[in-house]
Amino acid sequence: MSSSPSLNTWSDALSGFSIGWFPLGLVIVAVIPLVFIALYALTYGVYGERKISAFMQDRLGPMEVGFWGILQTLADILKLLQKEDIVPTAADKFLFVIGPGILFVGSFLAFAVLPFGPAFIGADLNVGLFYAVGIVAIEVVGILAAGWGSNNKWALYGAVRSVAQIVSYEIPASIALLCAAMLAGTLSMQQITVMQTGPGGFMHWFLFNNPIAWLPFLIYFISSLAETNRAPFDIPEAESELVAGYFTEYSGMKFAVIFLAEYGSMFMVSAVLAVAFLGGWASPLPNIGGLHLNDMTSGPAWGAFWIIMKGFFFIFVQMWLRWTLPRLRVDQLMYLCWKVLTPFALIAFVLTAVWEIYR
Amino acid sequence: MNQLTIPIIFYIFAAITVLSAAFVVFSKNVIYSAFSLLFTFFGVAALYVFLSADFIAVTQVVVYVGGILVLLLFGVMFTNTIMQTELKADVLHIVPGVLLTLVLIGGLLLAFYNASAAGQWMPGMMQLQGSVVERIGFETMSRYMLPFEMVSIVLLVALLGAAFLARYDKAHKKEH
Repeated sequence: MSSSPSLNTWSDALSGFSIGWFPLGLVIVAVIPLVFIALYALTYGVYGERKISAFMQDRLGPMEVGFWGILQTLADILKLLQKEDIVPTAADKFLFVIGPGILFVGSFLAFAVLPFGPAFIGADLNVGLFYAVGIVAIEVVGILAAGWGSNNKWALYGAVRSVAQIVSYEIPASIALLCAAMLAGTLSMQQITVMQTGPGGFMHWFLFNNPIAWLPFLIYFISSLAETNRAPFDIPEAESELVAGYFTEYSGMKFAVIFLAEYGSMFMVSAVLAVAFLGGWASPLPNIGGLHLNDMTSGPAWGAFWIIMKGFFFIFVQMWLRWTLPRLRVDQLMYLCWKVLTPFALIAFVLTAVWEIYR
Repeated sequence: MNQLTIPIIFYIFAAITVLSAAFVVFSKNVIYSAFSLLFTFFGVAALYVFLSADFIAVTQVVVYVGGILVLLLFGVMFTNTIMQTELKADVLHIVPGVLLTLVLIGGLLLAFYNASAAGQWMPGMMQLQGSVVERIGFETMSRYMLPFEMVSIVLLVALLGAAFLARYDKAHKKEH
């Protein structure tokens, strides 16, 4: 692992690969995050969510299919594939069909700028962090299309609540990420990660190498829960009030696509959090004396391992919180966003600026 | 990358932009028009990327898709009997419309002709190097300081005005 290839040598070689005029490599590069979301959401996401929620409630969860129910999600997929594709008669056919598509595209567009290790990043944009925050806007339109197209009052209420929530929480989330951008002095995701690497391991991460970063870290984590509609901010899909929110009318593969989009954006916000404050693909282990733990656990493959593990850790925390905290009311949600998180995000912004100038 | 790939991608995005913009104008259903705007904004953002203006492209998505389009959709959705309303302009100014279009096309073609006759498009004041974001930040904080601050004051006043108009009026409520 000592020889580390320069950034994107692999992916550049791949994207340059083409058969005749057809750029096959470009298509493959775009498919990688798609396959990743699908695999992770199907295996870790759904199975993990069910197992974790089962253990938190002192149950066993799925146990029938395979050892400890490990093939349960495959069985679910077979079921979802076989299901009849129902479009309600009163629904707006076009919007009903296109809604999940826009939602899914919106949720996985941000994967383009996630750095998976020192040697792989989809697109090392110089506005990467801004792009990752901003591209969520497309997801919002998909939610509205799904909610309106269903022609169901619960679905419409769910969609409107969800969009209001996502648009509001984008503000504290963006300000919190701006603090990380200020600490790094760049918006490129790869550069932000590189700024947090070093022989000290976790001590170089923004969360630990300055006294302020815990505040934007917490603010972004809370806002990211709201942006992905996770509990305690699952008001848009509150089962006890709205049946299932904006995807009430969906079944079969369309439901699966919405589900994949949700798990995709859960991983995305977790990975952005890891990149902004926890060193992205940087190894947490420090070099201790003659024991070069950090050097041993760095490199392209280890980098991918670390960022995926950090992402999974925060997904675990999201699931953990789901079974710990009760759901907020709508007014409490808006109170939290506008009167607590936004002012504190601004304070964190000013404090970070002062720290950057006077340290 | 292949020589042919970039033009093909460009024409795909250009087609998406133009077709969806045409759909916005010609559709009889307001909801479809509003949703079609998504593809227009997205296509325009992609065209900005082709001009290597990454920052403007992302800002386009954030401001227009995340802000204006969502506001528009909310406005359309909360309007009563939106599906029944048939959009129809009462007055059609065909002759002035066609004339205006011809003048516009003529002007654009003239500009294109002049530019290609001179052998070059208008060159930029300075060559772009490295990150555009730093340059934008530097310019807004130095040369364009006054316009930047004026815009911020205008936005603040607009926000205060909106908050004032939307405020729950206790005295007014008591009268009814």
